[in-house]
Amino acid sequence: MSEGTGISYDAVVAWLKAFAATIAENRAYLTELDSAIGDADHGINMDRGFQAVLAKLDSSPPGDVGALFKVVGMTLVSTVGGAGGPLYGTLFLQLGIATAGKDPITADDWAAALAAAVSGVQARGKAEPGDKTMVDALIPGRDAFAAAIAEGADLPAALRRSADAAEQGMTDTIPLVARKGRASYLGERSAGHQDPGATSSYLLLRSVADTWVGDA
Amino acid sequence: MKKLINDPANVVREELQGIEAAHPDLVKVSYDPYFITRADAPVQGKVALISGGGSGHEPMHGGFVGAGMLDAACPGEVFTSPTPDQMEAATKAVDGGAGVVHIVKNYTGDVMNFEMAAELCRAEGTEVESVVVDDDVAVQDSLYTAGRRGVGTTVLMEKIAGAAAEQKRPLKEVADICREVNANGRSMGMALTSCTVPAAGSPTFELGDDEIEMGVGIHGEPGRERMKMKQASEIVDMMATAIVDDLPFGKGDQVLAFVNGMGGTPMLELYVVYNELNKFLSGRGITISRNLIGSYITSLEMAGCSITLLKLSDDFTQLWDAPVKTAGLRWGV
Repeated sequence: MSEGTGISYDAVVAWLKAFAATIAENRAYLTELDSAIGDADHGINMDRGFQAVLAKLDSSPPGDVGALFKVVGMTLVSTVGGAGGPLYGTLFLQLGIATAGKDPITADDWAAALAAAVSGVQARGKAEPGDKTMVDALIPGRDAFAAAIAEGADLPAALRRSADAAEQGMTDTIPLVARKGRASYLGERSAGHQDPGATSSYLLLRSVADTWVGDA
Repeated sequence: MKKLINDPANVVREELQGIEAAHPDLVKVSYDPYFITRADAPVQGKVALISGGGSGHEPMHGGFVGAGMLDAACPGEVFTSPTPDQMEAATKAVDGGAGVVHIVKNYTGDVMNFEMAAELCRAEGTEVESVVVDDDVAVQDSLYTAGRRGVGTTVLMEKIAGAAAEQKRPLKEVADICREVNANGRSMGMALTSCTVPAAGSPTFELGDDEIEMGVGIHGEPGRERMKMKQASEIVDMMATAIVDDLPFGKGDQVLAFVNGMGGTPMLELYVVYNELNKFLSGRGITISRNLIGSYITSLEMAGCSITLLKLSDDFTQLWDAPVKTAGLRWGV
């Protein structure tokens, strides 16, 4: 799917479908992580949103990656609710703005889109690295991808490094004390739990790598 | 999980159908997207009040829609904030030309969704004032958290500002009354048991038979600390001390005392709590001149209670006493 020409519209659709499936599989896991430090709805909400995205994918006109991302973003904003709705909605809306009119998108486009998406999430949620949020997986994922491309890595290698870095970022949230969201009310008691938002963000970047790289 | 539901996925829709069937004289229900409005909305020339939040806190907020209180309520999924398109549609449906106040509880999701909704409404020329309620003294250090949660004061704000709006006071004044109520209200909650979110199917947290969660939030999110069960007098003392020391309320103050059940607490216990609270405040020279006792801002079937104290001005007292006609609060009519 990523043979030098970049990432096609169909590859993006395949990723969104794969991610929706990943969220459905991890619905209980994400909710369980959230019940430890939040309000036990992250998996449920994300699944509701991505099932709605799946329904939209079949009726979206093909050919423009940016337009597709915007549809995904608006769908998430209007179906997820909670903090996840505006944050994941903003993430996809920003991916859409950065890739407007494109098909396919190149590795450089993805680096720029990821940067815009992470900035959007930070602006909406006002979270900094270390606050124990989805940003703690997204920033390492973004930086690792950009670094890999700058070092001349090919797209599959860069996507894998991005996912690996996001995974490390997710794991690194375990000892952190939450400073944003509902987990922040726990104070010190939030330490020792993996952040559910960082976990879903890791899953997002892992599913990008798995879909656009395959098993290569 | 034992609950009187059909399918966890449909609880909010079926609840709305029930509300519509039960109170056709008071409210209208929209299903796409979900929101509840006054039956006579929009009321021309009156500032409209909208609140919203996750479902599972009934009668808040749908139960407070009606004359003298809210013009619209946006229910989210259980314990999940509603979405901007709901709030935008509700705002349009109730705007009577005098502007709209969004009453937002300080939870990250609610704040972000209402923020996006207000951006959308303003872009289309509707005047929107947003007011954030953050009255929960259980959250101590707001420098390192999302700030204090919005809890019991929300109910009092909706009643008092609702009466002000009913008197056709202007947008800025109604919003300022909301902010003043927020500045003078403080709350603290505690839980005896957890609740179970229908879609999750298992209790949100585990508490030992002899344990309580002090400072709990309205979604069963943990609070200040977990401790051994105590007598009602000690529990009320801890909660009331935290509240009174925070504002601070002083000798000679008149307050509205709100003892709220979390959903699984009998009135018997709430009156025991009220009795202890009354003794506590008398001892400090603080007079309860108005009260509200019952389950108004609940957390599904969670057992426990919250206490809210609002320092009363003459204007607040008069607005509190003004007629209200909603499913959840009704007097003077």
